[in-house]
Amino acid sequence: MLRIKGGKVYDPANKIDGVVKDICISDGRVVADVQGGKTIDATGMIVFPGGVDIHTHVAGAALNFARAMTPENQRHAVKFLHTSKRRTGIGGPTPTTFATGYLYAGMGYTTVVEAAVPVLSAKHTHEELRDTPIVDKACCVLMANNEIVMDLLEAGEDERAKDVVAWLIWAAKAYGVKAVNPGGVTAWKWGKDAKTLHESIPGYSKVTPARIISSLSKIVDQLGLPHPLHLHCNNLGAPGNVATTLETMKVLENNRAHMAHLQFHSYGGDDWHSMRSEAKTIADYFNVHPNLTADAGAVLFGNSVTITADGPWQHLLYQLTGRKWGNLDVENETGCGIVPYTYKGSNLVNAVQWAVGLELLLLIDDPWRIFLTTDHPNGACFWRYPEIIHLLMNADFRRERVRALPAKALSRIVLADLNRQYSLNEIAIITSAGPARALGLERKGHLGVGADADITIYNQNPDGEHMFRYPRYVLKSGEVVVEEGELRGSPEGREFLVKPAFDPAVEEYLRPVFEQQYTMSFENYPVELERIERAEVRTCS
Amino acid sequence: MITLTVKEQPNVPLEAESISPDVTVGLARDAIRALPVYLGKRHCRLDDFFEVDGEASDEIEIHGDAAKVKWIGREMSRGRIHIVGNAGMHLGAYMKGGEIDVTGNVSDWIGAEMKAGLIRVGGNAGGQIGAAYRGSLAGMKGGTIIVGGSAGLEVGMRMKRGVIVVKGPVRDFAGLQMKGGTIFLLSGAEIRTGAWMIRGTIVTLKPVQLLPTFCYACAYNPTFMAIYAKYLRALGVSIPYDAAAGSYLRFTGDTCVPGKGEILTWHAN
Repeated sequence: MLRIKGGKVYDPANKIDGVVKDICISDGRVVADVQGGKTIDATGMIVFPGGVDIHTHVAGAALNFARAMTPENQRHAVKFLHTSKRRTGIGGPTPTTFATGYLYAGMGYTTVVEAAVPVLSAKHTHEELRDTPIVDKACCVLMANNEIVMDLLEAGEDERAKDVVAWLIWAAKAYGVKAVNPGGVTAWKWGKDAKTLHESIPGYSKVTPARIISSLSKIVDQLGLPHPLHLHCNNLGAPGNVATTLETMKVLENNRAHMAHLQFHSYGGDDWHSMRSEAKTIADYFNVHPNLTADAGAVLFGNSVTITADGPWQHLLYQLTGRKWGNLDVENETGCGIVPYTYKGSNLVNAVQWAVGLELLLLIDDPWRIFLTTDHPNGACFWRYPEIIHLLMNADFRRERVRALPAKALSRIVLADLNRQYSLNEIAIITSAGPARALGLERKGHLGVGADADITIYNQNPDGEHMFRYPRYVLKSGEVVVEEGELRGSPEGREFLVKPAFDPAVEEYLRPVFEQQYTMSFENYPVELERIERAEVRTCS
Repeated sequence: MITLTVKEQPNVPLEAESISPDVTVGLARDAIRALPVYLGKRHCRLDDFFEVDGEASDEIEIHGDAAKVKWIGREMSRGRIHIVGNAGMHLGAYMKGGEIDVTGNVSDWIGAEMKAGLIRVGGNAGGQIGAAYRGSLAGMKGGTIIVGGSAGLEVGMRMKRGVIVVKGPVRDFAGLQMKGGTIFLLSGAEIRTGAWMIRGTIVTLKPVQLLPTFCYACAYNPTFMAIYAKYLRALGVSIPYDAAAGSYLRFTGDTCVPGKGEILTWHAN
């Protein structure tokens, strides 16, 4: 039993905006009152619900590939030496599993969603998630280039496609469905890409990216998944891709969707020389379409590694940088590319990207629909979120940084004209309450009775970056895990899974397909539930 | 002056990046004695392996055979380390300034990815002098390394700036993937010198076996050689530059990259 006394509480989900009140905790949950027990005196401090990262890449085969490919980053990374409370690890752009848990918790984040998992390597992902301590976890399974699903769409068997999708979600022990460059990764296996939404994909006559997007978004809604289709649009990163992004949002009609790392999809111009921000165009459309949520995918200058299932884009990025390139082929399901990348403030394209991420966060009116992410590690590392928070909260600081951009960039962006400053309440929404609601995690992102006692307590500080980088206390399920930057405990987190309903007969359809087309036998393919430590399964209907 | 005397040979290499003037300059003797060193995964104290004398100085002298002591002078930016004896791998890696000199032999990766400063070795050195660590885009970006004896493989691999001088014979792949800077080979090198070099200069006083992707350009006496000769004379290295004595044959390459590097071979009259 624990009482957090006298803190200024920001709990936007319960419409509490900076009210001094006590938070009581019993058995890992928030309760109305407790008698006795310990007390944390939070007088003069700020109390937030623990952070929720809706889109990050922290576990799985691609991450390991990136870790192995970039020893130069690991050498300069923060070292976590072994102590009685923690295991060895390193930080950097691709932190090791244990360090990932420590770094997230150290920043006050207590729930993370690994955004891209192929079923084929889901076992590996779950093993790594199990070794990512403190935080609660969930993952999204890659579906928009799955050739079994696409074959069914080609044949017009939408009902069976729905059963297969549901089966695959449960086979991967996932929480949501991710679509990456729908059809484009399949086209990449023919050396091509899918840059327009209404052209058929190589190997198919009827299946187009638009068909995949609209079918998957409908299937996700029909299955009643708590989180909508998690969508990485076609044409990521390309100048002029705003047209594709708008068309995608139209194709979705009124179906729900979460637009992942929207920053990478909001560019105008015809080529790299004329690239400009179209954040305003995207925000104008987005603001009047409440079926959509998005995360920023903001960019910060510095060293990073790009990791995505979007194989064709990564090949292009490799050609642009001339640096290393890793390409993975995941049989019938997806692909993956890895390219180390350095965002430079002096580079016109990077400067525009930096501005677009912030512009989206400032131009989208409703903080409940746009969330703070960097598409870790693609735009920047997750442990740099406090830098973005400071940029959002302080318009003067932001303008100072804008002035440091190349002069040419200023005519391509609108950031200099934006005066909005985020309040603490709005920061609590974009880092916690909003993503928790978009994920359908009812016990996360708020501090009402019954919520998980994942709580971050900050010392109030006008320097937002410092304040959010060094919380005074972080509590996970009511246990103090971080105190003044020191790790106090490293409990294991839970994993959230969904079990959508499907016709068990679908296995009889899948078995022969597997025997013919997969390198893995059908029996070995699904992740067994026993493999997931502390699973929390949610059935949907 | 701080004096460290090896009192016990570690049975596996000892990781001792704490032996650096930047670390010791503000420390009392007891604090220096307690500096952390790693024997495998075990945390140890510096005085488990060294007798420590002196305190609060940016001059360190090491006596005895430190061939199994790695990372001496890592990231140092000032002061001087004088080693009477041998030193282990990664000596002066990431160095930013100051001076290291070793009377005996050293191992691989000395001055790797260094930015500035001077490393002088009286004896032989291992491979990967001033090189880029695996995966890194660039090796040394400045500073000078002088080896009195022989050197191993991949000397100056991916180096970007700075000078490496090796007085004795050098093994394969000197200047591998070099991006800039200068390597002086006073006794030549074995095979594949300058493979994949993009820019930079390899000067050799003895003819080396050239890759087929290097092309002969001309014989000349570059003016910069006199400047190098003057700089290196002060460090005890003699480089010929007098046109009356001979000229340099210039070979450009490596054209398979394609590169704009050069190998200059001294040709006495």
